[in-house]
Amino acid sequence: MRLDNTFKISFRALRRNKMRSLLTALGIIFGVAAVIAMVGIGNGARSQIQAQIASLGENVILVFAGNWSPGGVKSGWGGAGTLTVQDAEAIKNEISRVIAVSPEIRSGAQLIAGNANWYTNNLLGESEDYFDIRQWPVAQGAGFSDENVRNAGKVAVIGQTIAKQLYGDENPLGKIMRIKNAPFIVIGVLAPKGPNLGGQDQDDIVVIPYTSAMKRITGRTTLNSMVVQVGKESDLNPAEVQVISLLQQRHKIVPPKEDDFTVRNQEEIAKVATASTDVMRALLGATASVSLLVGGIGIMNIMLVSVTERTREIGIRIAVGAHGKDILLQFLIEAATLSSTGGTIGILLGIGAAKAMSYYKQWPSLISLDSVVIAFLFSAAVGIFFGFYPARKASQLDPIEALRYE
Amino acid sequence: MNAVVKLEEVHKIYHSGEVDVHAVRGVSLEIHRGEFVAFMGASGSGKSTMMNILGCLDRPTKGRYLLDGVDVSGLNRNQLADMRNQKLGFVFQSFNLLSRTSALENVELPLFYSHKHLTSREVKERGEHVLKIVGLSERADHHPSQLSGGQQQRVAIARALINNPEVLFADEATGNLDSKTSMEIMGVFQKLNEQGITIVMVTHELDIAMYTKRNIIMRDGRVLSDELVPKRLNAEEELNKLVLAEKAVQLAP
Repeated sequence: MRLDNTFKISFRALRRNKMRSLLTALGIIFGVAAVIAMVGIGNGARSQIQAQIASLGENVILVFAGNWSPGGVKSGWGGAGTLTVQDAEAIKNEISRVIAVSPEIRSGAQLIAGNANWYTNNLLGESEDYFDIRQWPVAQGAGFSDENVRNAGKVAVIGQTIAKQLYGDENPLGKIMRIKNAPFIVIGVLAPKGPNLGGQDQDDIVVIPYTSAMKRITGRTTLNSMVVQVGKESDLNPAEVQVISLLQQRHKIVPPKEDDFTVRNQEEIAKVATASTDVMRALLGATASVSLLVGGIGIMNIMLVSVTERTREIGIRIAVGAHGKDILLQFLIEAATLSSTGGTIGILLGIGAAKAMSYYKQWPSLISLDSVVIAFLFSAAVGIFFGFYPARKASQLDPIEALRYE
Repeated sequence: MNAVVKLEEVHKIYHSGEVDVHAVRGVSLEIHRGEFVAFMGASGSGKSTMMNILGCLDRPTKGRYLLDGVDVSGLNRNQLADMRNQKLGFVFQSFNLLSRTSALENVELPLFYSHKHLTSREVKERGEHVLKIVGLSERADHHPSQLSGGQQQRVAIARALINNPEVLFADEATGNLDSKTSMEIMGVFQKLNEQGITIVMVTHELDIAMYTKRNIIMRDGRVLSDELVPKRLNAEEELNKLVLAEKAVQLAP
């Protein structure tokens, strides 16, 4: 008995029952399509979040004033007034892994330019390194210099939204903008970033030297936070440890006294942010897998009916010399062909569905090659698994009884 | 002359529930190459069980069965399947063709399970050859539902012939056919037998048995009589007579 003959026999049997074959495969088709589409959408959401986190900057550690711990909020992020400019300088000078630090002052402010006005929640005081750290290019004009920072210069770099709100179609460069009545000159416009995942407009932003923010806007002498950049990803964790111990030393904190600052590195932020999408992805995948399982049971059901219905055929085959193994193989191949063909169609349908949802609903989707390969192998395995019982039943029929079967 | 089939004290006991059914009680006989044998008997006489054993579909409980010199009583399921494939041909009462499958494909079926490695062209040639023997060349691509009973049985005979069997078994092969078609089928068998093919059939119809060469009558699992047919009928002649008789009836006022 040759294998190609068994394949031929199985394919013939499937062709003879086209409608039934199609209906049987439908379960698998939709199961696989659901898995592919759902996992694709889950992956899309995940990769979008990762892109957002990457937009924080490259290899960044964030240091906030105050202690924000899962146990309870002691103080709003950055509101405690415990971080100083000297802390930032110490971090920059004493930790060799750190390549740049931007002390950060955050506030909201009313902006006025000519007749137009706008309230922004994102008035940031930063150092000249901020634009490099966040990898945020200045599209028009330039960022401010270290000299601007030293002199508490009245210069501002604005986001696209502000440019549009205050200046419309005019070129904002060189124009005067009043921030809480203090006049600043617009020297640069940032490249557009669009909304973040929370739907907040990232282009609604004004960046000025942190010294100017302290002296001219808020009057504060402490920092809300600082953005610390290290040279490479593998430096993130060791540098974080060094930052913590340096600040503890400077703030004279000895355990059990709690830190008066909070340090987060990018990896941790990423982990927290992707955790929820991982849960979503797992849920979607699980739901879709159930439908695949149901599809498999459908195959078993039809194969059992088929074995009963074809008892006589099986009897004839055994009578003219088929071994049990030949019959087993024939039905297994039928089941596996049904499920893997269904799987292939399902993959195409799933990709189509994911693309359609991306297009109409603006949900990002990402079809990975592994999910396609796994879905295909899994659907073939479903066929073999659920086809085995009916196939075995067929292969063990007694030819005399099978031939008498009506 | 070599015996193709040799039975030595063959018994078959079925265990159905509490009761043991002793279907065959010690049968010994020989069938030689070129013979044309009919097993006869009432239902329950054990002739069908005999047929299953002779056809290697079932194994004797006791005794020896030598098929073409090979003791098949101790073979396992797969070995029996190979014997059926290589040495035997089957024709059944209810034709047992695969539905929605062309006559040619039906005929080729045993070759699918053969150990001989034939190319698909050889398979097709052999299929067409045996269909020609039974006179159905023109209907090779017809499905069983498109064929008459007699034609279906011819396809079944062609299928039985495709592996050049040592013995052709026919189990009530004319049971589902009218008398005229039965004669035609017996004519096919007689022709095959003339070409040297050994045929063993089971029938309960006496007139059908008259076309064979040797009648074995069974009762209660034993051989009651085993004799040569004295005045053997020729299917072709009988058929001609029948056709003439039919014409005469039509001509009569």
